[in-house]
Formats: sequence, C-alpha cells, structure tokens
Amino acid sequence: MFGRIFALVLKEFLTLLKDKRTRLVLIGPPLIQLMVFGYAATFDLKNVPFAVYNEDRGSAARELFADFDGATSFTPVAEITHESEIAPLVDGKQVLMVIHAGPNFSAELAAGRPAPLQVIVDGRNSNTAMLAINDASVIVDRFNTAWAQSHGGAAPPAHIEMRAWFNPNLESRWFFLPGIVGILTLLLTMLVTALSVAREREQGTFDQLLVTPLRPVEILIGKTLPGFLIGMAEASVIMLAAVFWFKVPLLGSLLTLYTGIALFLLSGVGVGLMISSFATTQQQGLLGAFIFMVPAIILSGFATPIRNMPELVQDITLFNPMRYFLLVLRGVFLEGVPFNLLIPQFWPMALIGVTAFGIAGWLFRHRMY
Amino acid sequence: MNAVNQVTAPPAPASRDNGVALVVSQLSKSFLIGKRRIQALHDVSFSVRYGVVTGLVGPDAAGKTTLMRLAAGLLVPDSGAISVLGMDAATESLAVQGTIGYMPQRFGLYEDLTVQENLDLYADLQGVPEAARAERYRELMHMAGLKPFARRLAGQLSGGMKQKLGLACALVRQPALLLLDEPTVGVDPLSRRELWDIVYRLVREQGTSVLLTTAYLDEAERCDDVVLLHEGRLLDRGAPAVLRETMRGHTYRVTVAGMDKRVLQNRIAQAPGVMDALIQGDHVRVVMESDAPVDFAALCPAAVGIEAAAVAPRFEDSFVALIKAKTRGDEVSSAQMTTTTSPPLGRATAEGSPQSGGVPAGVPLAAVVRERVDTNQVQQRPNVPPLPNPLPAGERGQDQSARPVIEVHNLQRRFGSFYAVNNISFTVSRGEVFGLLGANGAGKSTTFRMLCGLLPPSGGTLRIAGADLRHAAAAARARIGYMSQKFSLYENLSVAENLRFFSSAYDLSGARRRQRMDWALQEFELASMAELTSGDLSLGYKQRLALACALMHEPEILFLDEPTSGVDPLARREFWSRINALAGQGVTVMVTTHFMEEAEYCDRLAIMAAGEILTMGTPGSIKAQARTAAQPEPTMEDAFVGLILAHEQQGVAA
Amino acid sequence: MNSDMRPGSSRMRLRGLIRKEFLQIVRDPSSIAIAFLMPIFLLLLFGYGVSLDSEHIPLALVVEQPNADTADFTAEFDQSKYFVTSYYASTREAEQAMMAGRVNAIVVLRRDFARTLRRSDGATIQLIVNGVDANTGRIISGYVQGAWGSWLAHAAQKRGEVLQVPVQMQQRVWFNSELRSRNFLVPGLVAVIMTLIGALLTAMVMSREWERGTMEALLVTPLSMREVIIGKLLPYFILGMGGLVLAVGMSLFLFEVPLRGSLWVLFAASALFLVTALSMGLLISTVARSQFVAGLIALIATFLPAFLLSGFIFDIGSMPTVVQVITHIVAARYYVAILQTVFLAGNVWGVILPNALALAVLAAVFLGLTWRNAHKRLE
Repeated sequence: MFGRIFALVLKEFLTLLKDKRTRLVLIGPPLIQLMVFGYAATFDLKNVPFAVYNEDRGSAARELFADFDGATSFTPVAEITHESEIAPLVDGKQVLMVIHAGPNFSAELAAGRPAPLQVIVDGRNSNTAMLAINDASVIVDRFNTAWAQSHGGAAPPAHIEMRAWFNPNLESRWFFLPGIVGILTLLLTMLVTALSVAREREQGTFDQLLVTPLRPVEILIGKTLPGFLIGMAEASVIMLAAVFWFKVPLLGSLLTLYTGIALFLLSGVGVGLMISSFATTQQQGLLGAFIFMVPAIILSGFATPIRNMPELVQDITLFNPMRYFLLVLRGVFLEGVPFNLLIPQFWPMALIGVTAFGIAGWLFRHRMY
Repeated sequence: MNAVNQVTAPPAPASRDNGVALVVSQLSKSFLIGKRRIQALHDVSFSVRYGVVTGLVGPDAAGKTTLMRLAAGLLVPDSGAISVLGMDAATESLAVQGTIGYMPQRFGLYEDLTVQENLDLYADLQGVPEAARAERYRELMHMAGLKPFARRLAGQLSGGMKQKLGLACALVRQPALLLLDEPTVGVDPLSRRELWDIVYRLVREQGTSVLLTTAYLDEAERCDDVVLLHEGRLLDRGAPAVLRETMRGHTYRVTVAGMDKRVLQNRIAQAPGVMDALIQGDHVRVVMESDAPVDFAALCPAAVGIEAAAVAPRFEDSFVALIKAKTRGDEVSSAQMTTTTSPPLGRATAEGSPQSGGVPAGVPLAAVVRERVDTNQVQQRPNVPPLPNPLPAGERGQDQSARPVIEVHNLQRRFGSFYAVNNISFTVSRGEVFGLLGANGAGKSTTFRMLCGLLPPSGGTLRIAGADLRHAAAAARARIGYMSQKFSLYENLSVAENLRFFSSAYDLSGARRRQRMDWALQEFELASMAELTSGDLSLGYKQRLALACALMHEPEILFLDEPTSGVDPLARREFWSRINALAGQGVTVMVTTHFMEEAEYCDRLAIMAAGEILTMGTPGSIKAQARTAAQPEPTMEDAFVGLILAHEQQGVAA
Repeated sequence: MNSDMRPGSSRMRLRGLIRKEFLQIVRDPSSIAIAFLMPIFLLLLFGYGVSLDSEHIPLALVVEQPNADTADFTAEFDQSKYFVTSYYASTREAEQAMMAGRVNAIVVLRRDFARTLRRSDGATIQLIVNGVDANTGRIISGYVQGAWGSWLAHAAQKRGEVLQVPVQMQQRVWFNSELRSRNFLVPGLVAVIMTLIGALLTAMVMSREWERGTMEALLVTPLSMREVIIGKLLPYFILGMGGLVLAVGMSLFLFEVPLRGSLWVLFAASALFLVTALSMGLLISTVARSQFVAGLIALIATFLPAFLLSGFIFDIGSMPTVVQVITHIVAARYYVAILQTVFLAGNVWGVILPNALALAVLAAVFLGLTWRNAHKRLE
C-alpha cells in the first residue's frame, strides 16, 4: 500500500515539476508577489502630497508648517496664495490635503485665543483621508503641547498615556505580512490541486488510475501530499523572508505555527481537490478555484476586519479556513499566543479539511460523466 | 441521388491546363521538440493531378500531416515550395485558403453548435454569397444525409456523422482542391463507405481534386494515385493497381486443418523467405519475399497437412514490402539506431528460441516474431525473460470448456431516458480473444467502462474473474489490464517513469519491478527511448507504451478499447502479434475495433448497434450469415455493413 | 497579403465569427454566469462584507475606584457609536480578555484618578491597544483622543468656561464628508471584479480552440488574424458590458454611492477598461495555448494584483518607488482612479484623461502582443 502511494506521490511531483512552465509558475510568482505585496500592503502613509496655503506672516504658522514638512507622512508639493487654487489641486489629485492658516493665525495664537487651522482633505479614498487626518492631528496636538508649555498655558486636567501591545510603533506592515503568507499559501495550494483531478479526467488518465488496485483513499493521499509538501516548503520560505527581510517579529513557537500551517494546508488542499473532482473540465476547475479563492481572501479579515461585516456575512466566514489561519498566523507571529489558546482556530480548519476530503474521495468514483 | 450542381464554379487556375493541382518541390521541414530537431519532411517532390483522388500514405510520423498543413499555408517550409493551383502556399496563404477546402484531423467542428450553425459559420468565413446558400445547404445536407439532424448539436452526432458534417463544412464553398487529413480515423466502416461515396461523387461530377491522408490501406487502394511517404522521404508514387501488381505471385492463402490459426501464423512468419503473415478468419495470408514458387510443406514442416493457394495481391502487400525494403536498407547503412520519433520499423526482435522449430502446438509462444526482416540475421537478445505462462500447455484459446472469465447477463446502462447499453449478455472464456464491433455510439465504450468498474450498470449483472470490479476489493482489479481509447499516459513523464509508476500502482517493487521494466523496455523496443518524454512519442510508440503499462502486472484479463485507432498498418500488425501471443498464454482479451481486418483476429465477435448485440459468433460464422447469391465471398466489412443496415431499416419500420 | 483575392467580405466573416462566439456563450452557461452572476454575487458579498469603518470596537474599561468623575469620563465611551464597552475589575482581567481577543483596547482609570485630576500635573488615563492590527490600533487611539477631548470640553462647560486649545484643527473632507468607506470601496470592488471577469471570460477561449483542434480549421479559412481577434473580443466585450452595467447599477442604487460625474464618462471609461482586461485575457490565452497553463497564469496575474496594487485599499503613494513602478502595469490602478473620481468628485478631466490614456496604451500593448503571438501559422 505504501509502495503504491509513494509511486503516486512521485508521479504527481514529476508531472508538476517536469514541465518548465508549471515549475516557473509555482516557484517564481509566489516569491515575487511576496516582495511586491509585502511592500504594497501598508496603511502607514508616506509622502502624502499636500499644499501649503499660508496667509499668515507670523512665525507661529511657519513653525507649524515646518512640523508638517518634517513628518514622514507628508510632503509639501505646492504653495498657494488664493482660495480658488484649492479645487484644481485637490480635484486633479495633485494633492491629497491642503493646509490653510488664515491671516490672523499668529496674532490669535499670541492673544491666547484659539487659532483655527483648516485642513481640506480629498475623501475619495476615505481610509487614506482618515489616516491623513489622524496623522495631521497628531502633529497639531504635539504643536499645542509644546506651545502651551513654552507660553505657560494651563495643562489639561488629564492626559492619555498610550501603549500599543505587540506592535509598539503600530507598523501596519506587521499586520499585513502574516496575512500575505496566508494568501500566497492558499493561492499555491489552489494552483497545485484545483486543476489536478480535472486535468487527469480530461486526459483520460484518471480512468487508468481507477482500474488499478489503488483505492480512493490512496489516490486522495497521493494527490494531497504533493500540494501539502510544496505548500509547506513555500510557506516556510515565505515566512523566512517575512522574518529576515521584512523583520516581522516571530514571538510564538514554531510547533504552534506549523500545526496551523499543516491544518490550513489540509483544508486548502481538501477544498482544491473537492473543486477539482466536481469539475469535468479544466475550465470549470479554474472557475471553481476563483469562486472559492476570491471570497476566501476578501472575507478573511486580511484587510478589513470581520467585526465590521454584517452578521450574515460573519456567519459565512465561519466556513472560510483563511479566517482561522490568519488568526493563527498573527497570533503566533506578533502575540506569541500559546498552542492551547489557538485550539479554537485549529479544529474548524481540521473539520473543513476532513469534510472536503470526504466529498472529494466520494466524487472520485461517483462522479458521472 | 441528386447531381450536385455547380453553385460556385471552381476557379480555373492557370495550372489547370497542364493538369496539375498541387506541386511539391524539394520540400523540407523540421520541428524543434524539446531540444531535439525532428526532420519531418526531407526533400520531397511530387505533384498531384487535377480532378483525381490522391492518397498520401505512410506509417506514423512519415510527415503526412505536416505536408497537409504546409499545403494549407499553416506552416512555412524550411526550404522548397508548395504551389497550390498555381499559388505559393507560403507567401500567398490567404489566397490559397480562399480556394481550398480543408478538413483537419478532428474535423474542426464546434461541438456546442448545431449542424446548421456550423454550416452557417463556415459559409460566412468562406464568403459564400447569401443568395447561393439555401441551394448549397440543401445539396450538402442531402449528400451527407444530415437533413434530419440540422438542429442537433454537433457534439451529439455520432463519429461518422461528425465526419460527414466536417466534410460538408469544408465543401461549403465549392473548393477546387480538397485536403482531408485522416478523414476516417475512429469512424466505423459504414460511415467510411458513405464518405468515400461522397468524395468520389465530387470528383466525378465536379472535377474537384482531392488530396487525403489515410491509415487504412484498403482506402489507399481506392485512390487514383498514391504517394508513399516514410520518415519524411518520398518512397514511391503511382497508381495503387500498378504498385500492387509488383507483388503478383508473392501472395498465398494457407490453411492447416486442426491447427490453431495463431500457432500457424507464428510458425509461418518465422519461416525463411516469408515477408508477412496475417490471420484472416480461419486461414493465414502469406506474402513471400520473392515470386518464386514456394513449397509450404518444406517451409513449415511442423504443420502437417498444410494447404496453400495463390491469391491476388493487395496494395497493402506492396506497402509493407516497400517499407520493409526501405528499413532494411537503412539498417545495413547504419547499424546504430538513432533516436527519432520513428525509428526504423523493421528492427528484428525475434529471439529465435532454438527449440521453437520442433515443439508441438500449445507451447507458450514466448518468442513472437512480429516481422521477419532478414532470415539470416536473427538477433539474440540477452536477459529477456520469456512471457510467463500461467497456464499448463493444452489449456488454450480453443479449449473453451473452462468456466467463463467474463460473464455478462442482461447488462443495461441508462443515461436519462436513453439506453446506451440495453440488455446485453455474453461470456468470454479464458484465453479467448473476444471482439466488440459496432458503429460509433453503439455502446461499446460504455460496456467497457462497466466491465472495468468505472461506471455502475443500471441493470443486469456482470462478473469479471468471478467478481464485480465496482464492489470487489482493490486487489481484484490487479487481475485486469485496461488500455483506453486515448492511450492515456502521463504525457509529461518519460517512458521509464510511466512504466515505473504503473508497475508500482500494481504493487510491483524491488527486483520484480526492475525485471518487469526490463522486460517492457526490451519487448516493446522502448529501451532506446526510455528517457524521452512520452508526449513526444509518435502515436505508434504511445500505443506500445500504453500496452506495456497495462501489461506490467501480467493481468489475466486485458481490456483494449480501440487500441489501434489512428495507428499505421505496420504498428497495428506488431500490436496484434503481441495480443496473439498473450492469448496464446491464456490471457483473456476483450477488444473493440473499427478495423475489419482486426475483427478477423478475434476468436469470437459481437456486433453491437444502439446498445444491443445484433449477432455473435466466430468471424467465419458471421461472414457466412452475410453470404448471398450476389455476394458469395462476403468480407467482414460486407457482413458488418449488411447487419447494421438491416438493423437500421428495422428501426425505421418499427 | 493580397486580401482582395479572398471571396466574401470582411463584414461577413466577422459576422459569422461573432455569431459563433455568441452561440457558444449561450450554450455554455458558465460564461453567462461569469458575466452576470459573478458581479452580483461578489458585489453583494463584498459590498456588505467589506468595510473599513471601525464601529463597535470592543473596549475594556477598568475603573479601579468608580466615582462621579470616572462616571463622567466613561459615559463618553458608553455613548460613543465607535465602542462597545465592557467593564473589568482589574487590569489583569482586562489584559487576559485582550489576549483572548475579546477586546481590542483597554482604558484604565487608576484608583487615584479623581484625586490627581485636581492636581496641576493632571491625571493619567492609561490606554492599551492591541497593536497587531495597527490600523485599528490607530483608529482606536484617535477615537479615544476624541472622547477625551469632548470630555474635557464638557467638563469646562460645566465649570462655565470655554476650553482653551491653542491651535484648533478644523477638518473638511471633500467628496465624502462622512468618510463612508463604502463610497470608495464599492467603486474599487467594481474594478477588481471587472478585472476578474474580463480575464476569466477570455483567458481560455483561444487555448480552448487550440486544444479542441478547431483553431486549425479556422486558420485555413480566409480569415485574417485581425478578424480572429476582433471576433473574439467583441462578443465578450458586449457580455462584459452587461455585467458592468449590473455592477454600476448596484453601486448606485443598492449601495447608494453618489455619482457626481456623468454617466457617459463612467461608461466610456469602463468600456476602455473592459477592453484592456479582455485583451490581457486574450494575451494569456494566446501565449499559453494550453488551458492548464492559461488557467494558472490567470489565477496569478489577475486577482491579487488588482486587489493589492490598484490603490483600491492600499495607497499607492505610500508604497516604495519600485512597487509604485510595478503598479503601472496593473490596469485596475487606472480604472480605480477614474471610478473614484467620477463617482465621488465629478468629471475631473485632469484625472480622467491621463488614466484613460494609460488604459488605452495598455490595451494597445496587450493587443499588439496578442497579434504578434497569434499569427496564422501553426508554429
């Protein structure tokens, strides 16, 4: 029995890796995508272009604008003198933000009256707009504190002292990179498995397999192991890159991490094989892979929190192995969550995997033509 | 039948005057497959006469399809030129494509379009004027007998119908030259016959020139001219009748009363001076290398009571003779066999076991001679274990008293309301070669799939070696071997990797696996290409490899679903000599085929139509059923066509 | 080539080819499903499912010694729509809750809160956020600051004073004043979905003809390659536009994204984008020649780049230069820019024209490459 399975696994590896184009597709894109997406996926604003609209001649306004210039989030790209110039700049996306200090800004400030600072933000991407406003208000707050101190104003009766656990500088890249590990691992297992049975059916070799003494269980194992092992290897490489290249901290234990990866691969490969066994043609297999993968990624909590979704959609995400895997990845990487606390994430992945395998194995013999 | 009118007059090209439709001059073409450069055509020159049917024949990988594609302007030659109706196929390809009709190997039909829609598409693409269409469609539909099916999807037509529709599409604008690439592959004899009728009517009534490739030598015989290609070179050309006559006096029909035909064939094939020996029903057809008179009793002393009679030569004889002469010449000139997709065919694998001359009938035919190249040059092959013989001598194909190996009782398979297989029953005994014949869509493949456990029956029972494979333990499947229509191999694995995989899938390991792999590589002459990617092999070699894979575990029962479809005549001969040897060892063989001469190899046959068995019996008895006053000596094809036609008429009457 | 030699007209050939393609589409419902059901399904799922508006953030409040002062403060949180508060007796318990993922942030008011409030250096409000989701972390900190600010203002009001802040930032958000994330996510999703649909529709059509052997039959007819490409593009274009109308209609009427630009600009730009997406699929299909490889490439090259590199979620300006350069070959990038502008800002030609030009250039490149790779030969 082991001889048969071994032969099947060997055959699967050979069919996958002998073809140059397939080999290229399996190895190149995930690594390139890790690099590109690793840098692309961040909510930390850098060099947001803004325009300076300073009608004030005083030094206070100059100081405040200097603070904006110095921040990494912002880059001044234009200086305007008239209100009519605002709209073209913002509309044409040349600037995201216009900061306006009125003619009496320094005078009001010196007189101890509140000096208004207008900030006009392009809200087309509301998330970027919100982040820019946040960053701007941090700069203004800092300016206010310094001003109050140097000009002897009354301090507020209470102040906030913030600490961020696990990610003291609130770098959003740390949040996204484990997610990208998950996404790429999913993509890879889909690539390896979703077309594998459909292709054999189209080429007629699947019948040839079914007339050998191989049992469905054995075919299942033979089809699973290559996807599983390739996924394991690539996930490891991607994680190495995340830790050593992108410097994402890895606080938890490798055992916990690999338990999660193994279970996720199990569910991913299972779903891939199930899709593949349902499909009679490769086109259907591809369609199936897309229809599974797109929601699996968008509804995983990768970029937008599951908490924000309506109840019904939140319930749907319970069937999404990515959801659990992301919690495991982020937990182990950034929080160092111990094994036992992740069991609630482990068993659903295992359940999804086992169910999908059961259906795939049954379909091997019962799928009609 | 109606005369097909001239709707669009064929253009009258300049070349018509000299009577030449197509001129091939010093044509060479090579392809890069992987890292190897394959010379598909090598300095070929010939011309095709106007207004006749010219057949392009040759073994696998002779370059037939390449030549067709060059003529259609789909490929550009490395050197040389093809001129089609006075235009250069490479530089004026659009103009050439506007005047020819071309049917590619798989008919080029859109299976998800109806018959009418396919015709409309090609009429639009070929620029048939709207006004002329109604008349043209009527003629084509009538000619192809597609009228009742105009609204049926092309994918739901039978193979023969598809082929006729493909032809109609190629003819939608009256072409001056019609190119048909293997128009009859995988099509049953009845449909083939109808196709030929259409082609000849075109030539006769409209003066169309036709160039076609074929793997059927009886079809080549019907051509006005044949061009023989071999390994990309022109071997010979001329009228088939002229070529055939060179073999007059070489051919005999040999019978020995009471001797198994397979044993007899084997004996004779090994005798000196014999070029070819073929089983035909109850006798063996022998082709000698020379036309000198032969004393068969002396030639084959083991066969007591041998009777021989001279028979008329066929085109096939000259084909085989030419190819063999050619490869023998090659072998003399180059002792080393090169690795091409089509190595010389005649390499002797005879392992003349010294005792074979004197052993009585019933001895395992471990050593099977496929072709005798040179009687003086019998190569000794070391390390080849003989085919194992699971049966004691004597329990042979003709001994059918043993319990049947395959038992089928009232088998049914329904798809929706349609019965693909309806109430069929038969049994097959150990060591028997049982053939299943039928038109496309008769239910042969469905029956096979049920026998192999790939498809559950809707009704009835079936037992294979005492078990139902669908429910039996996996081990029961180890007793059967299955070779599907498409020679299903892992095309991106090498030959050796395919063999290794299938032997491991059948639980062979260690020394046993090595031994079987050595056996397969030797026996099927695959050793020199063990490391080649199997997808790059020619069809004939793919077929060998597929058979080798199905035999790795020495199955007791072998299922072969159209095992020779699309394979050239020489490769088919080789294939059948292996099957005969296996049957001789007690392996039960069940086979479907469209080649009527292959039906003659079977011990018993069943002819199917519309999911039912029309008749069952030995080839001789089936032929005898078709004997009429008009047809005192019916061929298997006559018998087949007669049965199917009778069945169809019955259907119409009912 | 002397095309004048060919019988029939180009119009007739194209008509035949396009009719064939339509018939195939009708016969194989999967194309129709891709064009019409997929946008509905995905847009519904994502339109409702994807939101960056952080509301109902679970917040732990630890009040070590409750009194009137702390009650004033915590009331700000209890009333906020951004938070769902839960009270914990000790910091340790709250920290455990955060570890288990039940809360995202903890606000701690120490035992001495009321006392230190009246001292000159003021009381300390401790805020602990889970930094794993840095974005949410920052949003939480902003919300807490806001709650704190309004608490200070209320307190000052009670004392009959006006709170003195040196510089008052007054923000005005143009185009999307409530910062509704759906208003920018839905147009972005339309771009991602159309990328998927465009590629899926065409990625396999050429390779399928090669694999089924029908391409050979087409090539020997007097068709020119230009006609083959147009014949493939046009039917799927019409199909894709149908899907697009659905998606845009859903955005406007179901998700109530305002449309400030004109409808015809929206459709012209969409048509241009669709051509680009279809051309990319056609190129994949032509280069691959096998459905398997075409499928793999489509899987890799369409969805994730459109999702991550189009500016749909992640701001392109904040990416490193190299990655920014790479985003220029992602067609969705230009379409996202046009969509967000036409929907939320209006017909701003300074944004629309350059992006439309970029789309046209991309389409031309894809079609040119398809043309070069799909010559009328079998080699």
